Amino acid sequence: MKHIAIGILGAATLGLMASAASAATLDTVKAKGFIQCGVSTGLAGFSAPDDKGEWQGIDADFCRAVAAAVFGDGTKVKFTPLSAKERFTALQSGEVDILSRNTTWTINRDTALGLNFVGVTYYDGQGFMINAKKLPGVNSALQLSGAAVCVQSGTTTELNLADYFKANKMEYSPVVFEKLEEVNAAYNAGRCDVYTTDQSGLYGIRLTLDSPADHVVLPEIISKEPLGPAVRQGDDQWYHIVKWTYFALLQAEELGITKANVDEMKNSPSPEIKRVLGQEADTKIGTDLGVSNDWVVNIVKAVGNYGEMFDRNVGSGSPLKIARGINALWTKGGLQYSPPIR
Amino acid sequence: MQEHDMSWVRAEMALAEPAPAGVAGFQAWVRKNLIASTGDTIMTIAGIALVVMILPQIINWAFINAVWTGPDRTACATVAQGGVQPEGWTGACWAFVNAKFGQFMVGRYPIEERWRPILVAILFVALLVPMLIPKVPRKGLNAILLFFALPIVAFILLVGGMFGLPHVETSLWGGLLVTLSLSFVGIAVSLPLGIVLALGRRSKMPIIKTLCVIFIETVRGIPLITVLFFASVMLPLFLPEGVSFDKFLRALIGVSLFAAAYMAEVVRGGLQAIPKGQYEGADSLGLGYWQKMYLIVMPQALKLVIPGIVNTFIGMFKDTSLVIIISMFDLLGIVKQNFSDPNWATAQTARSGLIFAAFIFWLFCFGMSRYSMFTERRLDTGHKR
Repeated sequence: MKHIAIGILGAATLGLMASAASAATLDTVKAKGFIQCGVSTGLAGFSAPDDKGEWQGIDADFCRAVAAAVFGDGTKVKFTPLSAKERFTALQSGEVDILSRNTTWTINRDTALGLNFVGVTYYDGQGFMINAKKLPGVNSALQLSGAAVCVQSGTTTELNLADYFKANKMEYSPVVFEKLEEVNAAYNAGRCDVYTTDQSGLYGIRLTLDSPADHVVLPEIISKEPLGPAVRQGDDQWYHIVKWTYFALLQAEELGITKANVDEMKNSPSPEIKRVLGQEADTKIGTDLGVSNDWVVNIVKAVGNYGEMFDRNVGSGSPLKIARGINALWTKGGLQYSPPIR
Repeated sequence: MQEHDMSWVRAEMALAEPAPAGVAGFQAWVRKNLIASTGDTIMTIAGIALVVMILPQIINWAFINAVWTGPDRTACATVAQGGVQPEGWTGACWAFVNAKFGQFMVGRYPIEERWRPILVAILFVALLVPMLIPKVPRKGLNAILLFFALPIVAFILLVGGMFGLPHVETSLWGGLLVTLSLSFVGIAVSLPLGIVLALGRRSKMPIIKTLCVIFIETVRGIPLITVLFFASVMLPLFLPEGVSFDKFLRALIGVSLFAAAYMAEVVRGGLQAIPKGQYEGADSLGLGYWQKMYLIVMPQALKLVIPGIVNTFIGMFKDTSLVIIISMFDLLGIVKQNFSDPNWATAQTARSGLIFAAFIFWLFCFGMSRYSMFTERRLDTGHKR
């Protein structure tokens, strides 16, 4: 998003290389015995090292889910931290098997860069955080006319901000900084009333403020940043495994299958649950995909369902406390929807 | 005895008189350094005021109010921030450094294998300390152990994959381990290579001279960031799929060659400062080229450029932080990476972590700088400059 020039350069180079990845990824992965997973160099709730140096977060857990589907063991995954500049090359050159690195799904990346995005594990977008003490009673971004807004310069965030305020005929005074750390410090010191960046980032920043309780993240999202894992183009089998791992996580949540009850659920009377968990006689759902028939059981045992993954890493069970919002299941008014597993 | 015939000669020196009160002692020092003129006095008062204003706050923050141990962010956050500290509390969060200390030292090196880097560190210190103390004998053996045996042992221990040690990929290395191994290899490679390049550049043989000039000028002309970036982003595209150069090896080669080019120019400065007479004197004794360089020129030239050499070392030590470009995490990199751990995200985390990193860097750089001053004084046998 912020590295358009590099993206174009990379696209030109990668266009030549797109045919390089030909060997079946599933076979190479099985041969080496683990999945190489590209993650970020550190983003709270998505992929960040804990005290023991283990990667934690939604993106890291997604790779564990794929490892569980392929090997029946969620620990058979190795993580490669990648900078924003390196990430596409690393996937294209075969250095990693999955890129699970808070990457926005765009048409350019799906086509010119030779990637295949498998889905949206987190619907992100640019949001606003306000100091509720300075702006009492504000509960919508549309009430922000005349506010001083802290923003990082030279980013799409800055442009989106200008567009949004112009479109809604509101005035604002931008307080612009080069570095993210400077923006944080300025907002913390009260030099502006509003902070804007990707909404998932706002929750992480709020934790580092002097008085987090005074600050509120507004519900509006003014840009689309669908974040999801990607694989190389040209390997449909691997693409399907990763894609259906994502859907299986959603399906498990929809059916109420959790890490705790997955073994009981195997004996559930519901034919749908039985089918998803591979308990039907003569089922070929898993083997047709290229994994074992109890793949969904393995996934849920390793990381839980999507909702558990969300709560543990970014939601109510984590310090970030991000609301599900549009990341809720479609049955609860969100956008997360899985095609049927049958 | 004929003592009365001799004129009286004093047998020992008279005791020195103490200096007059006006030019020595505390009072004189104060008068000379702090209040010599009106300007000085104003500066002194302003300086003291500044220290009085700042110092108590720093001590308060870094020691008195600091949190030393804790399970997670709650230890370093006030009640309003979701923690346990009273309202208005600010203090260093050393608990964060404490919890992440292992990572800051060796990165994500597997916990059950961490005895290996620790053993290497012990060996390194055990060989380095006698090397640095001039009085300890057997310098030759010591140098062979430190510069040849230690790297081999360290390689076997750290990388593993042989003698029953599990393999640990370099992508798991990090922290001080990366910083120190990059700088040690950089220093050990760049000094000899730099000397050879400097001699090559002053050589009368055209091909050698041209090659050395091309290497030095090319490497000095490209930023280290560019080299690292190219090595990590472009190189994999030209290699067949699955073949990948170890990232750490790329960084090692890049940093070493870089430091060597800078070192070559530092050493060349020393060579140019040696008078022609020294070369001619050596020639007239019938010494060959290498004897002349080894016995006459280099000892003098290197002594002259110790500040420049140590400057390059310190610069390189700090430049290792640039490996963050290729997603290797040196000390600074791993500290910053851990800011993203939501379990430790507080207002104090970043400050505490960065101050810790700065302190470690300062410790090493200050050590190198003091040792170089000590060496300079020790070798300053001929002439004071």
